[in-house]
Amino acid sequence: MDVAKFLQYIASGTAYTVGVTLIALPSGLILGTLLALLNVYSGKTSKALTNLYSTVMRGIPPIVLLFILYFIVSGSINLSPFLAGSISLGIVSSAYQMEIVRGAILSVSGGQMMAARAVGMSKRQAIRNVILPQTLRLAIPPWSNEAAIVIKDSSLVYALGVPEILRRAQLISASTQQPFLAYAAAAVIYFILVFITSRLLDGLEKQLRIPANP
Amino acid sequence: MAKPILTIKNLTKKYGENVIFHDISLTVNEGDTIVIIGPSGTGKSTLLRCINLLTCADDGQIWLDDLEITAKGCDDDRVRQHIGMVFQNFLLFNHLNALDNVMLGLTKVKHMKPDEARVKALRELERVGLADRAEHYPGQLSGGQQQRVAIARALAMDPRIMLFDEPTSALDPELIGEVLEVMRKLALEGMTMLVVTHEMGFAREVADRIVFLEKGSIVEEGPPDELFYRPKHDRTREFLWKITELYGKKDENK
Repeated sequence: MDVAKFLQYIASGTAYTVGVTLIALPSGLILGTLLALLNVYSGKTSKALTNLYSTVMRGIPPIVLLFILYFIVSGSINLSPFLAGSISLGIVSSAYQMEIVRGAILSVSGGQMMAARAVGMSKRQAIRNVILPQTLRLAIPPWSNEAAIVIKDSSLVYALGVPEILRRAQLISASTQQPFLAYAAAAVIYFILVFITSRLLDGLEKQLRIPANP
Repeated sequence: MAKPILTIKNLTKKYGENVIFHDISLTVNEGDTIVIIGPSGTGKSTLLRCINLLTCADDGQIWLDDLEITAKGCDDDRVRQHIGMVFQNFLLFNHLNALDNVMLGLTKVKHMKPDEARVKALRELERVGLADRAEHYPGQLSGGQQQRVAIARALAMDPRIMLFDEPTSALDPELIGEVLEVMRKLALEGMTMLVVTHEMGFAREVADRIVFLEKGSIVEEGPPDELFYRPKHDRTREFLWKITELYGKKDENK
C-alpha cells in the first residue's frame, strides 16, 4: 500500500473529527451559558443544582461519561453514533464551559447589571444587551483552551465506532503493521486542527477587543 | 404651591440586625436641588438605591409623583425609567461607545427607532459638552468625561428626577469641576435633583436645601445658609467644620 493512500485514508476521517467538534463545541457553549446564567442570576436552588451538575460532570473521565450519555441519548432517540457521540461530548463540555462563562460573568461585576437596571432595563434585557456581550468577549481566551480540549476529545467517539481520525489510524495500523506512521499521521492532523482553531480564536479576540487607551 | 415629585415617608432599611437608616422622611419638590451630606457609612448611598428600587426598603413608603412605588405589584423597571441615576464609579457600559451608551436605554427600554434615538443621544451628549467624543469608548475617556456620559445616559430617558451618588468622589481633583459644572447647569435648567456629595462649594451654591444625615437619621435640614452659618445641632456644625477645613481653601478661591 503506498504512503499517499495510507495517509489519505486517515485524513478522510478529518471530516468526522471536525463535524463532532462543530456540533459538540457550540452545543456545549449554549448549554454552558444557560447553566452559568442560572447559576449566577437565579435563586439558591438553581445555583445548588448547577453547581452539583458542574461538580459531577467534571469529576468523571470524559470517556466514561461519553459511554453513559451515549447509551442514554441513543436509548431514548434513534440517532447515529456520530450524532449521539457529538451531543454527548457537547454535554460533557458544557460543565467546563459553564465554569468559563460563570467566571467571566462574575468578572464583569455587579455594577454593570446595576447600571443597566437603573436605566430601566429588565434583568433579561440587561443580560442580553450588557452582560453577555462583555462576558463572551472575556471568555474567548479560556474558551480557546476548551475548544482545543474538545477537538482532542473528539477522538473519544472512536470508541463508539465513528470512523474519525483515530479510529482510522487504528484500523490501518492493524492492517498494515505500521503503527508509528499511522498514529504520527493522526497526531499531526490533530495538531494542525488545534493550531488553526486557536489562531482563529486569537484573531477573533483581537477583532472584538474593546478599544481603550493603553 | 410647589409640586412634590418625590415623597419619602418613614423609610427604614436594615441588613439583618444592622440598621442602615431609620424613619427617613423627605420631600423633593419639582425643580428642587436637594443635597444630602453626612459622614460615610450613614446610609446615603443606600437611601438613593432604595429610591431607585435597586434595593428594597424594609419599611416605609416612597411616592414618585402620585404613584406609590414601594407598593406591591409596582413595575420596578417602569419606575426606574423615570428616575435617572448617576453612580460614583460611572458604570458606563464598557463594550459600547459614548453614543451607544446613551442610545441603549432609548432603543431597548423606550423602543425608539435607532435614527430618532441617535439624534436624541447626540443632543444629550451635546448637553454635557461631549458631542465630539460620541465614538469614544469608556476606556478612551477620562473619568470626568465618563461621568458626563453617564449623566447624558440618565438624562436621555427624560427622568422626573435625577439621583447623584457621590458623582465626583472617584475623580481626580482637576476633573471634578467639569462634572459639577454640568450638574450646576442642570439645576439652573430646573431639573429636579437629589445629590449625595461632599462638595460643599457645590452644595452651598446650588442646593435649595441641604439634608444632614448621620447614623441613619436626618439630623438637620434647611437652606444652605442656615445650615452653614446657623446650624441648630452641634453635630452639624462639627461635620461642616471638618469638611470645610478639608475642602475650605478651594471654596475661598471662588
